[in-house]
Amino acid sequence: MKKIFLLMLVMLMGLTMQAQEKKKKNAKYNIEVKGNCEMCKKRIEKAAFGVSGVKYADWHADHQDIHLIIDENKCSIDDVRKAIAKTGHDTDTVKAKDEDYEGLHNCCQYDRG
Amino acid sequence: MRKIFLILFLFTAAFAQAQETISGKILDDKKQPLPGASLYWLNTTIGTSTIEDGTFNLPYSSENTQLVISYIGFRTDTLSIASPNYITYTMKLSSGKELDEVEVTKNRKSLERSYVKTANVSNMGSKELLKAACCNIGESFETNPSIDVNFSDALTGTRQIKMLGLTSPYLLIAEENIPAVRGASQAYGLSFVPGTWVESIQITKGAGSVVNGYESISGQINYELLKPVNDIPFFLNAYGSTGGRFELNTHFNKKVSDKWSSTLFVHGNTRVAKNDMNDDGFLDNPLAKQVNVMNRWQYTDAEKGWVSFINARYMRDEKQTGELDFDPDRDKLTTNYWGSEINTDKLDLSAKFGYVFPDMPFQSMGIQTAYNWHKQESYFGLKQYDIDQKSFYSNLIFNSIINNTLNKFSTGINFTYDNYDEFVNTTDVGRIDNSVGAFFEYTYDNTDNFSIVTGGRFDVHNRLGAFFTPRMHLRYNPWNKAVLRASAGRGKRAANIFAENQAYFGSSRELNILNSGGKVYGLDPEIAWNYGVSFMQGFTLFNKNAEFVVDFYRTDFENRAVVDVFASPQQVQFYNLEGASSANSLQLELNYEITHHFNIRTAYKYYDVTTDYTSGTAEMPLQSKHRFFTNVGYETHVKKGGKQWKFDFTYNWLGKQRLPYTGTNPVQEQMGNYSPAFSLMNAQITRTFSGVFEVYVGGENIGNYRQDKAILGASDPFGPYFDTSIVYAPVFGQMYYAGLRFKIK
Repeated sequence: MKKIFLLMLVMLMGLTMQAQEKKKKNAKYNIEVKGNCEMCKKRIEKAAFGVSGVKYADWHADHQDIHLIIDENKCSIDDVRKAIAKTGHDTDTVKAKDEDYEGLHNCCQYDRG
Repeated sequence: MRKIFLILFLFTAAFAQAQETISGKILDDKKQPLPGASLYWLNTTIGTSTIEDGTFNLPYSSENTQLVISYIGFRTDTLSIASPNYITYTMKLSSGKELDEVEVTKNRKSLERSYVKTANVSNMGSKELLKAACCNIGESFETNPSIDVNFSDALTGTRQIKMLGLTSPYLLIAEENIPAVRGASQAYGLSFVPGTWVESIQITKGAGSVVNGYESISGQINYELLKPVNDIPFFLNAYGSTGGRFELNTHFNKKVSDKWSSTLFVHGNTRVAKNDMNDDGFLDNPLAKQVNVMNRWQYTDAEKGWVSFINARYMRDEKQTGELDFDPDRDKLTTNYWGSEINTDKLDLSAKFGYVFPDMPFQSMGIQTAYNWHKQESYFGLKQYDIDQKSFYSNLIFNSIINNTLNKFSTGINFTYDNYDEFVNTTDVGRIDNSVGAFFEYTYDNTDNFSIVTGGRFDVHNRLGAFFTPRMHLRYNPWNKAVLRASAGRGKRAANIFAENQAYFGSSRELNILNSGGKVYGLDPEIAWNYGVSFMQGFTLFNKNAEFVVDFYRTDFENRAVVDVFASPQQVQFYNLEGASSANSLQLELNYEITHHFNIRTAYKYYDVTTDYTSGTAEMPLQSKHRFFTNVGYETHVKKGGKQWKFDFTYNWLGKQRLPYTGTNPVQEQMGNYSPAFSLMNAQITRTFSGVFEVYVGGENIGNYRQDKAILGASDPFGPYFDTSIVYAPVFGQMYYAGLRFKIK
């Protein structure tokens, strides 16, 4: 009984260690993304998750930013910026095309200043 | 088992639970909704802003207690949030230096059904629990439409709960996700948890998760105890009733350091008065005494991601019941007078460890361990029943993601050991059970309108064999404010036929087990499948929120330890199911917020529960086919200083119930085939004088409905017709109570 228990514990620990060694597997980013509402949140996060390698995406309307954890072996942060911009939302560096912005729902057309 | 017992760890499945949210409304100085006000939890990046109508929704977790609210031109304020109640907050102009009291009204619904959780879970918050002023969690479900509360017998006054037409042994009842009320504690276990200790209760209808075990069949009830880190320094609750029952609860909380906090819970209750309202010569409620003490420690290191709980509890409960003139010192185990004593000692030690990986907030692991000792010594007239159960439970859980947080999983292993020393009269029916199992549960959530939780576990049990337990839950939101849910799953368990059917010891019935080949008292393990669908639609009626829910669940037994009280009034037979046994339940529920402070809940429930007995197919005894429930709650607006009135009224109507067969008894000792239909009313009024002090008064069974004849053969309790187990309605008539709560914050 004890053996199985310990074995499982060691296996799980092993998994963790491995995950922590390669630092870029869990790279954290906070980048600016413009948007307004709940609909924007769903669209932005969906776009982020659409990029293979994005593990965690959480957009905050009040701070106009998205919290990301990505596996840099699989994608780069610019891939995520591009994917989000493609849906019509400006990011800090990659801006959305005008036609994509125009295509957004009325309530999602954030102030482009 | 040796020293393993001493190493006690366990895990808070809070990590596995869905996220809670807090919502509210922000008003400007003229009480107009304020859009664009910003809110965030202090020292976090979790924040939001209010929308056009001034309302907001914000993820809530118990670690975050300081909510910062700001808007240009208004004074920034920080609110202390202890629980995710609905908040109404009025901003003050920043120029005005007056230090008015902050007006915070809490208006969150006390009983909540989620639109986003995958399983059919309703949450009873602390406010809901206060509606039942007394006293233990077995009595706290009276205001909940999903759970039916019945009386178990005419002697002990114990409440028995049912869900989907099945009694509590078919539910998995867990304390902070550790199975708690099981085995020896099935009959009275819920009465051993004082209501004031409980922070919230989650009720899952249907199969439930595989993480906590394979035993649940019709649903799961999990109760969360108060967390030392959020608790107030001192709490006192005193209660007294016209039935001669008194209860006292005190909680002492101390934050020992920035990481450690501790609460000491002390509970005592007693019933001193002998009541016999129906003049049958028997006590309507037992004389009772209980001392219950728990010390709970919480360790939190948010930076490193550690959370841990350590609990130690001891309880002693004594009950004496039977004839009024019964004196245990003189008459125990004699035929002078019929009497019974049930004495229980209980020791529980548990610990859990949870760890969230700092770089990966979506990955966590935890260990839960518990040791329980439950010893009951009892006699019922000349019958003796003793059970001593020692249990050890441990569960190791690992939660993480596959690719991204839309795909989550939980996996782990658990181990359970139960040693039963059990004697029926002097026959040794003891046994040792142990099992080891592994589980895996996968959750997909598109963060929008669809989620699925599917899981399975494989267990090897010395009596139940090696078996697989699959479970699945689906959620789909077809349109706004609508939720469609479906679930299916299998459960398997060893029926503790004596502990679960103790009520029959209080009768002249002979307990006969007709099979001998099985591994559990000669019987085979119980196996059942449960399937269910549920639909909920929220809507507005005359500008007020309303909610309509329809649930249908079916439980099909592959095998069941049938308890047959139809064969003869002098016997209760236990045997393996031959043929079919099923429970169908349909529930229609309508909830309406008449005004902001006035809520009504109504439910109609239809049960079709049948079993093939040796004498033919029959309805489950003591189960109404039709039940109607309504609860009305009204509360006044919270005035300055926290002054408030709260009113609550519950009405239950129970249709006729099939009764056990008594047709061969002499005419005066027969009950007939069906009970009459009847209704019950409870009411409560609470007056809050301030955040520190409140009093409440209430009445139970105000209509004073009593079962005409609660005890058969009461005039000759050692004769062949004596039976206290056929109870379909309250034995005790109307009862009034009063109590107070005192808090130091």
